Amino acid sequence: MLLTVVVLLPLAVAVVLMALPRIPDRVASWAWVAASAVDLALVAWMWWRFDPGAGIAFDVKVRWIPTVDASYHVGVDGLSLPLIAMTTVLFLACAVWSLREQHRPRAHAALFLFLQTACLGTFAALDLILFFVFFDLTIVGMYFVIAGWGHGNRRRSALKFFLYTFVGSLALLVGFIGLFLGSDERTFDMVRLADNPPLQGAPVAGGLVLLAIGIGLGVKTPVFPFHTWLPDAHTDAPAAGSAILAGVLLKLGTYGFVRIAMPMLPEAWRDWAMVIVVVGVVSVVWGAFVALAQQDFKRMVAYTSVNHMGYILLGLGAAGLVGPADDDARTIATVGAVVQMVSHGLLTGALFLLSGVLWSRGGTYAFDRWGGLARPAPVFAACLAVAAFGSLGLPGLSAFIAEFQIFTGALQATPVATVIAVTGILVTAGLFLLALQRLLAGPTTAPASAANPGGLVDVNRREVIAIVPLLALSLVIGLLPRVLLDVVEPAAELVTDLVAR
Amino acid sequence: MNEMGGGGEEVVALLPELLLLAGAVLGLLVGLWTPQRRQVRVGVLAVLFCLASAVAAAVALTEPDETVFDGTWVIDTTTGVVRIAVAISTAVAVVLCSSAFAGHARETEVYVLMMLGSIGAIALAASGDLLMLVAGYLLASVPLYALVGFVKDARGVEATLKYYLMGAFVGVLMLVGVAALILAGGASGYEELASALPNASVALVAVGVLGVLAGVGFKAGAVPVHFWIPDVAAGTAPAVAAFITTVPKIGAVAAAFRLLAEPFADAPVDAPLLVAIIAAASMTLGNLAAFAQTELLRLLAYSTISQVGYLFMVVAVAARTDLAEPALVIYLTGYAITNLGAFAAVAALPGVSTIADWAAAARERRWLVVSLVVCLLGLVGTPPTAVFVGKLAVFIATADGAMAWLVVVAAVNTVASLFYYLRWVAPAAETTSSTGPVTTVMRVPLVTVHAAAVGSLLLGLGAGAWLTFTAG
Repeated sequence: MLLTVVVLLPLAVAVVLMALPRIPDRVASWAWVAASAVDLALVAWMWWRFDPGAGIAFDVKVRWIPTVDASYHVGVDGLSLPLIAMTTVLFLACAVWSLREQHRPRAHAALFLFLQTACLGTFAALDLILFFVFFDLTIVGMYFVIAGWGHGNRRRSALKFFLYTFVGSLALLVGFIGLFLGSDERTFDMVRLADNPPLQGAPVAGGLVLLAIGIGLGVKTPVFPFHTWLPDAHTDAPAAGSAILAGVLLKLGTYGFVRIAMPMLPEAWRDWAMVIVVVGVVSVVWGAFVALAQQDFKRMVAYTSVNHMGYILLGLGAAGLVGPADDDARTIATVGAVVQMVSHGLLTGALFLLSGVLWSRGGTYAFDRWGGLARPAPVFAACLAVAAFGSLGLPGLSAFIAEFQIFTGALQATPVATVIAVTGILVTAGLFLLALQRLLAGPTTAPASAANPGGLVDVNRREVIAIVPLLALSLVIGLLPRVLLDVVEPAAELVTDLVAR
Repeated sequence: MNEMGGGGEEVVALLPELLLLAGAVLGLLVGLWTPQRRQVRVGVLAVLFCLASAVAAAVALTEPDETVFDGTWVIDTTTGVVRIAVAISTAVAVVLCSSAFAGHARETEVYVLMMLGSIGAIALAASGDLLMLVAGYLLASVPLYALVGFVKDARGVEATLKYYLMGAFVGVLMLVGVAALILAGGASGYEELASALPNASVALVAVGVLGVLAGVGFKAGAVPVHFWIPDVAAGTAPAVAAFITTVPKIGAVAAAFRLLAEPFADAPVDAPLLVAIIAAASMTLGNLAAFAQTELLRLLAYSTISQVGYLFMVVAVAARTDLAEPALVIYLTGYAITNLGAFAAVAALPGVSTIADWAAAARERRWLVVSLVVCLLGLVGTPPTAVFVGKLAVFIATADGAMAWLVVVAAVNTVASLFYYLRWVAPAAETTSSTGPVTTVMRVPLVTVHAAAVGSLLLGLGAGAWLTFTAG
């Protein structure tokens, strides 16, 4: 019941915001902050009560479509709870960030609240159809965010985003139907499908279903070669939309691999683990090098997401290489992948909000229009530096914990691929340092913007309140990783056991 | 069976149809003695009888299946659902027409023709005999010819002529098909045909299957007998178009479903494959043609053609899986609600025919836009709307019926359909740029759009309850 409240509370507030006439814009913005804060408090309470060793908690099951055994079945475990917590944190940050939204703030707040319900619902779902419902609604919500509040060529980017991810979601649906028809019990219930995996002993059918699900999740993640929608969507999306898109929506794809593909298709996952590793490594290297070539800060961050998602695929693929690796190594790789999801959400969310600072001050993200910002905007420079160093994997911040575990776990299973992926870290380090140098060092340059005649203004209090907690949480995970690992590890161990069946 | 008493009891089984007929006859009589500006009372009467018919059908649905009049009229889940969907859709269409034809010289006739057409649609779905099917075809066609050309303008007349000529031509094909099947199987009842056709001459059965499917395909608006739909939809009032693209389609798809499930199930020709090809062609061609449309009614017309493609998927696997019937039930009802909502959105802004005009006229009316988005995304099959559940059920049934390739085709088409639905949604959701005179909005269609959007969501969320009710 508590989980249902957490999932549906934002939607309820969104409906109220839309339904009541004449709500002042300021009230709508603050209502969003309040709703997100309450949601975060509830999730914190759930975290406090959660017992990592006990498996799925807070679960509720209500029959929905009995003819195909689809139900409203939600619950949390060590895989979904950290992501749910990260989602609520990031949405609260975006709510604070958007307090000064000028363009239709009420609809903006309602849309983001709707999006929050969709994201939380996807992580909480324990039924394939319910998962798909929320998964698809995130696409709809994000489409309207980009189309309505973006800039530049936003309509085209929004359409491209919608079409790409909608293709993916339909491939996913086809895969889900394959799982349903292949299961002995004819059910969409994730728990029962994981207990009794369908299509065991049918390598061709299992492989095809994994292909459909892999395409569906791979587009969303996105992995090479399905990533081309990402930079456009990010470039034209508003800052808060980008933060949610990169921080939360991409995780829906990677989370789907851990939650659906690995436990429900263990045989196919083992058969094709090497392909998944290769796709991951290609994404790592490709994302890093293309990011290096970007002349636009936001596009660069977008491409580093492809790189960071590649590490997750590497870890999850390595977890499927049962032959060459022992159970401990595979568990470490899986844990690393889950931690990377949380870490990337926090750090990339912060980076995109910081890029929003650039846009609000000068209306451009281009590297050659900005320079020497460390002197006039020291707080901005400090935040950017922390986020960039975190993102490149500096020890002490969360990404280090994640990537270190992924490499440790994967090294035994697939040494060559891991070594190639480590070079990705070098390239990312180079590109982030280069970006810091371009933006922060040297003589101060800024675009002369009519909207901001006073020139450069450092981040204001609202922006600090939105960004700094994200970085602080990353630091907490980096310094005290047990807080997160204690929750993730039992669940990750279970997944690696399930894959080995 | 030959006793008078038996006949009397059997007539009671047709209560939902009789109520519709009574509504039509009474409506005509009342209309004769009603002043022109008060003819809306005939509409009220029609709506009441439609709702009574729906209630009677719902009550009948809880009783066990039966066949009446020597097996020519089948009352089962499919018929029951079609009865409810047709009666409610007709009521909605009458409500829409009451605003479009208010004060028209022949307002009563619109309502009466609609009621008669709706009986034809039910007859198509309920017939368990080829001759009854032909009667249903005619009853579902003739009143609509008159409806299409009702306004007597150039486009309407052209549409009527096209519709009529094509209907007459396909009707002949259908009669040939019926004759061939009777010749091949020695009977016209579905049950007898089901046992006789497996051993019958392949050539005759092939001619028969083609002819009969052409007939129901025409009423459903499936490729390749779909050419009339865009002209008819664009040539009449949106309210009439809503009726013609909803009610007869429901009946025709149910008729095709029954044909595939019973007489054609073991026929020596591969009827499921033929239907699957029709389905794939309908959704693909409907979508491709819809891409370039700027006129709302033509866009929606092509959208209905592609929707029939999805519906025919479940027809193709009618005999192959138990999941087919629930899929048909949920998709038919979901489609009816959502399609009516989309056409009502056009009717809500009179005098508007293109996407750009609609978007300009709908600005500042965010609830209209929200409801339109729900309806159009519903037609795409976005959760949690009714058509999403329907599409899911149809996909599952089709894959279970060993036609996974058709599921892939349908999934690709669903993505393609997104293009043109978003072409309408995107400018409508954009409220900042446009300036211009504020057009009036029609209150009745506006309420209908909202009701359809809410209904689509409720049916999607309550799909389990609806399926349980219809199965019980």
